[in-house]
Amino acid sequence: MARTVTRTRRLRWNPALVAGTVLLSATALVVLVASFVLGEDAHALSAQAGQGPSGEHWLGTDDLGRDLLARSLVGARASLFMALIATGISMFLGVLIGAAVWTAPRRLREFALRIVEISVSYPELLVAVVLAAILGSGPWQVVVAVSVANIPVTARLTANLSGAIFQRDYVTTARLVGVPRRALISRHLMPNMAEPLLIQLAASFSTGLVAMSALSFVGLGVQTPDIDLGRLLADALPAIYSRPVEVVGPTMMILLMSIGAMLVGDGLAAAADPRVTRRPASTRPVPTRSKDVGSAAPVVVRDLVVSRADGTDLVHGISFEIGRGEILGLVGESGSGKSLTALSLARLLPDGLTASATALRAGSVDLLDRPARAELADAVAMIYQDPGTTFNPALRMGTQLTEVLRVHRGKSAKQAREIIAGLLAGVHITDPPRLLRSHPYELSGGMRQRAMIAAALAAEPALLVADEPTTALDVTVAAGILTELARIRDETDTAMLFISHDLGVVTELCDRVLVMKDGVIVEELTGEALRAGQVSEPYTRMLLDAVPTLAVTS
Amino acid sequence: MTDVHLTVGARPRRQRGGSSWTSFALRRAGGLAGTVVTAVVVTFFIVPLIPGDPAVSAAGPDATRAQIEQVRAQLGLDRPILERFVDYVGGLFQGDLGHSFSLNAPVADAVFRWLPFTAGLSFLALLVVLLVAVPLGMTVGALTRGGRRPRLDSAFGYVTAFVAAIPPYVMATLLVLLFAVTLGVLPPAYTKSSPGLSVVLPALALSIPSICLISRVVRRETAVVLEQDYLRTARGWRLGAMRTALRYALPNLLTSTLTLSGIILVGMLGGAISVETVFGWPGLGLGVVNAVTTKDYPLVQGLVLVLAVLSALMTMAVDIVLGIVDPRVRGGNNSG
Repeated sequence: MARTVTRTRRLRWNPALVAGTVLLSATALVVLVASFVLGEDAHALSAQAGQGPSGEHWLGTDDLGRDLLARSLVGARASLFMALIATGISMFLGVLIGAAVWTAPRRLREFALRIVEISVSYPELLVAVVLAAILGSGPWQVVVAVSVANIPVTARLTANLSGAIFQRDYVTTARLVGVPRRALISRHLMPNMAEPLLIQLAASFSTGLVAMSALSFVGLGVQTPDIDLGRLLADALPAIYSRPVEVVGPTMMILLMSIGAMLVGDGLAAAADPRVTRRPASTRPVPTRSKDVGSAAPVVVRDLVVSRADGTDLVHGISFEIGRGEILGLVGESGSGKSLTALSLARLLPDGLTASATALRAGSVDLLDRPARAELADAVAMIYQDPGTTFNPALRMGTQLTEVLRVHRGKSAKQAREIIAGLLAGVHITDPPRLLRSHPYELSGGMRQRAMIAAALAAEPALLVADEPTTALDVTVAAGILTELARIRDETDTAMLFISHDLGVVTELCDRVLVMKDGVIVEELTGEALRAGQVSEPYTRMLLDAVPTLAVTS
Repeated sequence: MTDVHLTVGARPRRQRGGSSWTSFALRRAGGLAGTVVTAVVVTFFIVPLIPGDPAVSAAGPDATRAQIEQVRAQLGLDRPILERFVDYVGGLFQGDLGHSFSLNAPVADAVFRWLPFTAGLSFLALLVVLLVAVPLGMTVGALTRGGRRPRLDSAFGYVTAFVAAIPPYVMATLLVLLFAVTLGVLPPAYTKSSPGLSVVLPALALSIPSICLISRVVRRETAVVLEQDYLRTARGWRLGAMRTALRYALPNLLTSTLTLSGIILVGMLGGAISVETVFGWPGLGLGVVNAVTTKDYPLVQGLVLVLAVLSALMTMAVDIVLGIVDPRVRGGNNSG
C-alpha cells in the first residue's frame, strides 16, 4: 500500500536487473542469429547418427544424425517466439479484463471478479492441458492454451491494483470534477500500475516458456517434425543412458531463458520495493564497565554518547540521575535524542547505533557490562509509544504478558496469569481474564497501553522507561494512563523516565524535567518551577508556549 | 481449538453480527462451491467442444458407420445437450465419473487407483519444502537483518533465484542424469518393487524449486518482522534470540508462508503432470496426459474434474488453517 503513491520514478538498475537483461538479450541474439545460420542443419539427416560431441558437431548428433546444437538453437527460437506471443496475448487480455472490471457497473464487476478469482484457483498447467485437449496439439494450439491459462493471474493483479487506485482520494476527486475516463486511465491508472505489471510481464514470460515446454515435453504440444525445447528434451529422455549429452542442449537453453526472465523479474521487484534498500552495517557497543560514581540513586547516567556507525554523534554526553520513586521527565522535539537516551538505558538501540558512557546503571545492574538477560529484565522495563504495534498480532495477550514471569521468574503459566491478572486489575482493566484471552487487535489503544504497563510492572523493574506512552492515544484515554503512572510512583519506589514532546503532559506528571535539544540537555527544572512557568532557556519557553491552553477570554 | 473460536465471537470490535468464525466458514464454503460448480460446468463442455466427432474417436479407427452410431447412442451423444448435462451432474452425485474406453473401466476406478500416488507425492514434497525452507529462510533472514552479511545475502539471493528458475521437468531430468545415470543409486522411474526408493527423485524434483521460492519469501518476511515494534517489545523482555525468533517472529511468518504453500501445493498438482511423466509415476498427472494423448475424453473429463476439486479443497484447507493461525484473516479483510 505504502508504495502506491503517484510518481514517475525512473527505473533504478540493480545487479539482478542488469544480469537478467544481459542474459536474456544475449541468449535471444545468439539464438536468432545462430538459428538462421544453422537452420538447415537442424533437420538435415546425415550418416553420423548418435555421435558424441566433436569439432564438427559441438553437442553431437541424434539417432538420425542431425546436429544437436543446431536443433537446440532452432528449438530455442521456436520456444522464444511462442513465449513472447503467449506473453503478449495474456498480458494484453489480462490487463484489459482487469481494468475493464473497474469501469463496469457494480453487479457485473462483482460477478467478473468472482469468475477471475475462481479461475486463478486452478493450476495453470491443468487449464493449459484441458485447452490443449480441446484444441489439439501443435505450436499455435499450445500458444493459445498457455496464453488463456495465464490470463486470470494478470487479470486479478490488474483488478486488485486498479481497485486500490480507483478508491484513492485523488482519483475520486478527478472523477468528481469530470476528468474523462480515458484520461483517468492514462494519467492515474497506468503510471501507478506500471511497476507491478512489468514484474508480472517477466513472470508471465517465464511461466509461459516453462508451461509450453512442459506441454510439448509430455507430448501435448509441438509434434515431430516441428521442434521446440520441450519436444527436444522429451526426444532426448529415452536415450538418457546411452547418450546423456542429448539433454544438455535443450536443458541449457530452457535454463538460460527462464533464469534470465527470473532475474529481470527479481530485479524489477527489488527496484520497486523500498523495503529491500539496505542500511549500513552496524557495530556492536564496546563493552566497558561503569565507573564507580559513588551515587546511591537507582538510575545513574554519566556522559552518555550515542553515535551512528559513520561517527556522527546524536547524543552528546549527557548525565542525569533518577531517584527512588521519582518521575524524571525528558522533553524535547523530535530528533532531540530523547528516545535514543531511553533506548540506550534499555539496551535496545536499533542496528547501526552505538552507545558509550562512563557510567550507565539501573538498580544494581551495570548496563555497560553485558548483563545477563534475566538481570536486565529485572532492571529496566519499557512502555512504548504506539500500543497499536507493540504487541504481536498473531499471539494472544495472555501469552505475551506472562512471558517475562515464565521465562525469568520461573513461574508456571497459571501462576503467571494470576499475577498478571492482578496487575491488570491494578491498572483498572475490568475483566482481566477476558483480556488475557484476546488478541491485540480486539482491544482498544487504551486497554493495550494499560496491559503494556501491567507487563512492565510484572518484572518489578528498578527503572520504568515510558517513551511517549500517551502520544498515540486520545486525550481522555491519555489522562487515564497518566493517572496510572502517577499511582505507580506513589505506591512503589520505581524510578521512572518519562519521555514526551508535550510539555503540558510532563508538567502534570513529573517531579523533575530535563529539556533536551540536539542531543544535549539545555535545562533542568523542578516540577514546581515548570508549573509556575519559571524557565530561563528561550527554547524551554518556546516549548511551554506551544502548549495549547483553554484560556477564557473576557 | 474450539475455545479460540468462542472468544473471537465475543470480541469487542466485531465487524458484523453473528460469530465471525461462522461467517468465515460460510464464505470459504461459498468459494469452494463456486470453484466446484465452475469445474463441473467446464469439464462437461470438454467433450462437446472438441473438434471432430467424439463418437468416431471412441469407436476406434476401424469402426463401421453402424458401430459409430451405436457408440454415439451408448455415450448418449445423440441426446440434447441440456439433458446430457443433467445426466452428467446426476452421475457425479452417485460417484459416476463416466466410463473410460481406453481402460474399459469406470473413470472412478482409475481415479481411486491413481489418486494415492499423486497425493502421496505432493504431500511428501510439501513436507520436505516446509521442513527445509522455513528454517533456512529464517536463519538467512536473521543473519542478514539490517544489511548484515551482504555477501551471504546476495549469494543466497542468486542461488535460490537460479534454482527456482529450473522447471520441475528439467530438474527431474537433471536428477535422473545425476542420481540414476551417473551415480546409479536411485531408480530413474517408478518401480513396483521399491516404491519407497522411486519416490525420492520425483519428490526432490517437485520440492527443490519450491524450497528456493518459499525460503526467499520467508527470508524477506523475517527481515520485515524483525523490524517490527512488537519484536522490539519481545527483545525488551529479554527472552533470548531463539525464543524470540520461535515464539514472536515465526507466527507472523506463518501467514505469508502458508498462503504461499497453498499456492505451491496447487502448483505442484500442475508440476506433477510433467514430473509424473518423466518418472512414469502412476498418478493423476500421468493419467491425464495419457488420456489426452489417447483421446479418451471421458477420462480427461473425470481426471480434470478431480484435479480441479482437489486444488479447490487445498485452497480452502489453507484458508482455514490461516484463519486458525492468524485471526485477522477471519475478519473478512484478507487482502494483505
